[in-house]
Amino acid sequence: MRRAEAVKLIMQSVRDELVVACNGMIGREVFTHRDRAANFYMIGSMGLALSIGIGVALSRRDKSVLVIDGDGNVLMSAGVLASAAAADLDNLRHIVLDNEAHGSTGGQRTITQSVALEKVARASGYRYAARVPTADLADALPGFLKQRGPAMLLAKVEKGNVPGIARVSHTPPEIARRFSSSIRA
Amino acid sequence: MPQSARFLSALEHEGYDFFTGVPCSLLKGVIRRFDDEPRWGYLSAVREDSALGIAAGAYMAGKKPAVFLQNSGLGVCLNALISLNVLYEIPLLLVTSWRGKDGKDAPEHILMGEIMTGYFDQIKLPWRVLSAHSIEKDVAALSETIASWRVPGALIVPKGILDASG
Repeated sequence: MRRAEAVKLIMQSVRDELVVACNGMIGREVFTHRDRAANFYMIGSMGLALSIGIGVALSRRDKSVLVIDGDGNVLMSAGVLASAAAADLDNLRHIVLDNEAHGSTGGQRTITQSVALEKVARASGYRYAARVPTADLADALPGFLKQRGPAMLLAKVEKGNVPGIARVSHTPPEIARRFSSSIRA
Repeated sequence: MPQSARFLSALEHEGYDFFTGVPCSLLKGVIRRFDDEPRWGYLSAVREDSALGIAAGAYMAGKKPAVFLQNSGLGVCLNALISLNVLYEIPLLLVTSWRGKDGKDAPEHILMGEIMTGYFDQIKLPWRVLSAHSIEKDVAALSETIASWRVPGALIVPKGILDASG
């Protein structure tokens, strides 16, 4: 399964979760498949999507936060997995779409061919972390989104981008303002 | 009142209600209070740029964050500052130590100590040096600037103000 298809399935399963999407193609695919005020598109600052999610989840324990991340992003800030676990955020869920590549910069390989990020998450103290075959992703999502966090679901996706994925058209201050408004609503 | 307590009261007075960061010996009086007094909810971050990301999330969720760090951590913060906090207009108070001030410190701090104010000038962020004589005024004035500019701003803490463990 291509990453864009996985993103589409995820966004079809999302209900009232606050979504933080990492930079690169993942954020653009989230935007293309289902733009909503409750999505935060991180267009720069690679590696920090989980940190942003932690800040939201810690400040609003009554809201569910879903971070949609890639393998390159997680590898860049692997220590932050431990922050999420130490903060014991039961309202934080983390989906990792792992294509073993930096898909937004030309598909250069990462190192997740030999590193199982769900095991890193578990060892860091995540309450739940599992790998799901993409064929089962759609069925697994509703249950995963109710899983007590911090929880990670990792799916291996194919390398490559699909045509027709737009850039996020909102300005960064607009993204922040409407995300913030949707949290306070 | 010990200066670290005075400083925290000043932050509280200005409405700061979310605290994270990575410690510095020049800030240890304050960090010790965070460790001793759970009411502050201080989150010990694993890296300075992660603290900026966490603070950005907290800000969007309605909090008013202050981030504590050693100035050496500004090295890893540059991308987060310019491509997250500045880009998305997220005001934050950075409370950064001034290791290497006047060229007197361990060798790893000398260059950052020398260029730090220029670093903030280059990325167009406001900064102010904290003085023991004007803690409340310094916090209030910089807070007003970052709120009106909608950017992070740095309160620079020299040795001898917040490092006492009292």
